[in-house]
Amino acid sequence: MPRTVLDAKGISEALDAMAEAIASRPQDGPWAVVGIRRGGEPLAHRLVKRLTEITGKEPAVGTLDITLYRDDGFGPHEWPQVGITEIPFDLHAHTVVLVDDVLYTGRTVRAALGAILDYGRPRAVRLAVLVDRGLRELPIRADAVGLQIETQPSEHVDVQLEVTGAAADAVVVGERRPQEQGGDKK
Amino acid sequence: MIGGQHLLGMQQLDSEQINAILSTAQGFLQVSRRTIKKVPSLRGRTIITLFYEASTRTRMSFELAGKRLSADTVNISASGSSVSKGESLHDTVMTLNAMQPDAVIVRHPASGAAAFIANRIDARVLNAGDGQHEHPSQALLDMLTIRQRFGKLEGLKVAIVGDIAHSRVARSNLIGLAKMGAQVRVAAPKTLLPRGLVEAYQCTICPNVEAALEGADVVMALRLQRERMEGAFLPNLREYAIEYGISTAMLDRCNPDGILMHPGPVNRGVELSPEVVDGPRSVILDQVENGVAVRMALLYLILGGEPA
Repeated sequence: MPRTVLDAKGISEALDAMAEAIASRPQDGPWAVVGIRRGGEPLAHRLVKRLTEITGKEPAVGTLDITLYRDDGFGPHEWPQVGITEIPFDLHAHTVVLVDDVLYTGRTVRAALGAILDYGRPRAVRLAVLVDRGLRELPIRADAVGLQIETQPSEHVDVQLEVTGAAADAVVVGERRPQEQGGDKK
Repeated sequence: MIGGQHLLGMQQLDSEQINAILSTAQGFLQVSRRTIKKVPSLRGRTIITLFYEASTRTRMSFELAGKRLSADTVNISASGSSVSKGESLHDTVMTLNAMQPDAVIVRHPASGAAAFIANRIDARVLNAGDGQHEHPSQALLDMLTIRQRFGKLEGLKVAIVGDIAHSRVARSNLIGLAKMGAQVRVAAPKTLLPRGLVEAYQCTICPNVEAALEGADVVMALRLQRERMEGAFLPNLREYAIEYGISTAMLDRCNPDGILMHPGPVNRGVELSPEVVDGPRSVILDQVENGVAVRMALLYLILGGEPA
């Protein structure tokens, strides 16, 4: 049975904790919050709001498409969606906060690091994730985590957000559907 | 999906595949505009461009596309290779095959050469123009350029003017545009108009250029292919330029937002008057930029999938 590990209030509190963790290193600023397409994109915008409240300064915001940096190509029945990356600020002057919804194998983050460095040389890169589900395949860790849970490889962590069409904000853990292929394996 | 397939012509693609290729190409435009114009998608793959005919933009554009995807690209042209010592196409291709390329991009004066090669080697073959048959990447970059301007292809009035008979660009566009629901009209001297055109491509034949350009959204001028003309197709170039050359006054018959395209290289003063080449309706250089993006998309979609 799928279990809800975060409801709307839980997600909101998790984002607060992530913003606090980032802001606790004021020497990092100014920040640029960059959402990894597509799961990290709406979360990046929410994180920007909170960081603005805490620090009194609005960080820059961007989005990163990592399709061309994936290490697994795409499935034989899949049309890869090559999205647009938007970095409308000077990377050199900022500490980039990469934002994703779920941290799992670490391969997405590895790809994102490659992608961001091809756009310039940020002062530093931090990683903020809403859910860290463990089961890493690469030596990568997050600097700000909303919720840490233990999961099985057979499970799927689904971050549902109203802004992307879900009925309500929630994070649900269920069994991976057997026909699932391609795309981001969360 | 076109992963793992050869790309021999527009004939093999359906409208869904064409749309997906164009959308992928749109995403690749960004890569060429960055300081670091390279993504790792095809790291370690080998791409050979095998060109038996002269080419500036197609070969360069495929080569850049491969390099910007991190593949290794090698160029072979007929002059300067064993072809000039009399090696057959079969033997050249089998030699290349033994070097384990992942893709071979071929241009050849004989129609069907790309299919001939595809039947013999393990690599994926991309047709970069075979005789009077097809030039699919050109049609795709043309369609991307049109789609950027009008947001669609369906229902657009497209005039193709010039040497239809010898043009693989015209043929690939006629096939592709019909699949996408564009309304194509053609205008050409009778000697440069193949028989059976209307039946084969659902296009209209106009009696003159003026009629073809009336209300057109897109004007595609074609290069007069003097190298493929062995007989007396035309009285002389001057007469062709007067009858079929496109001038600013002629372009005024188009839709006010109408665009002018040409696959290049242009014979200035023959099929296009010099001022329209650089004029406000000209999207000829957009076509060149889009060419790299379309070829990146094709290489990525054909070679970039998970190993089967």
